[in-house]
Amino acid sequence: MEGFLFWFSAIVLLGSAVTVIVNRSPVASALSLVTMILALAGLFGLLGAYFLAAVQVWVYAGAVMVLFLFIIMLLDVKAEEGAPLRALGVGAGLLTVFLLGAGFWHAIPASAWEASGMRVAESNDAASIGHLLFGAYVLPFEAVGLLLLVAMVGVIVLSKRDV
Amino acid sequence: MGTPTLGHYLVLSGLLFAIGLAGVIVRRDLLIMYMCLEIMLNAANLSLVAFSRFSQQVRGQVLVFFVITVAAVEVAVGLALLVSLYRMKRTTKAEEITALKF
Repeated sequence: MEGFLFWFSAIVLLGSAVTVIVNRSPVASALSLVTMILALAGLFGLLGAYFLAAVQVWVYAGAVMVLFLFIIMLLDVKAEEGAPLRALGVGAGLLTVFLLGAGFWHAIPASAWEASGMRVAESNDAASIGHLLFGAYVLPFEAVGLLLLVAMVGVIVLSKRDV
Repeated sequence: MGTPTLGHYLVLSGLLFAIGLAGVIVRRDLLIMYMCLEIMLNAANLSLVAFSRFSQQVRGQVLVFFVITVAAVEVAVGLALLVSLYRMKRTTKAEEITALKF
């Protein structure tokens, strides 16, 4: 059952990620990105990270995608027309994909393919993440809070016409 | 279809990252390029959660929490930049923004 769910989510994930690029209409790309995020949340749940699956749906599929769609509607972005492919560009792209793939393949250790059947004891992962966030990682947590404040002020300054 | 191992998740994450990188290179609309950046960040998150699950440590999930926060900040600031750029240039195409081109 876990295998079936993994392959189902993986196919939906990769397929919708490709559709984000292939679609000419920006709204269709944004909706494909929502599908990709939901498939990724499913994979997080399969890995036992239930809290992160929920955060993924709230923050990404909720807040971030609404922001994207809002900006698409606001700017009235037109569908992109196709441009002719250039041989140099295609060659450079294929070389990049080859080098990236080779690098990733060598980075995966052989021990990663051994079936480790032991399942984490179904603990309360939100509680353990919370204990880590307010314990060992309290300084980065505060720094991220400060980053959010700075970003909020920056966005307000950027969007005002005359400061 | 056996139980997926760590290698399955890492290959999936690598493929997702490659798709995002290809999107940033291929597409010329700045909005779509932002979406492809999100795909790449999500690919990194997937490998972090997979490592966290297979090494039985929650610390990887804390890192993913931070990455999601920083990605939300990046989208907010980036889209505000895009809106103010659109006010000046009336375009969101990367190739028509040439003020800093040498």
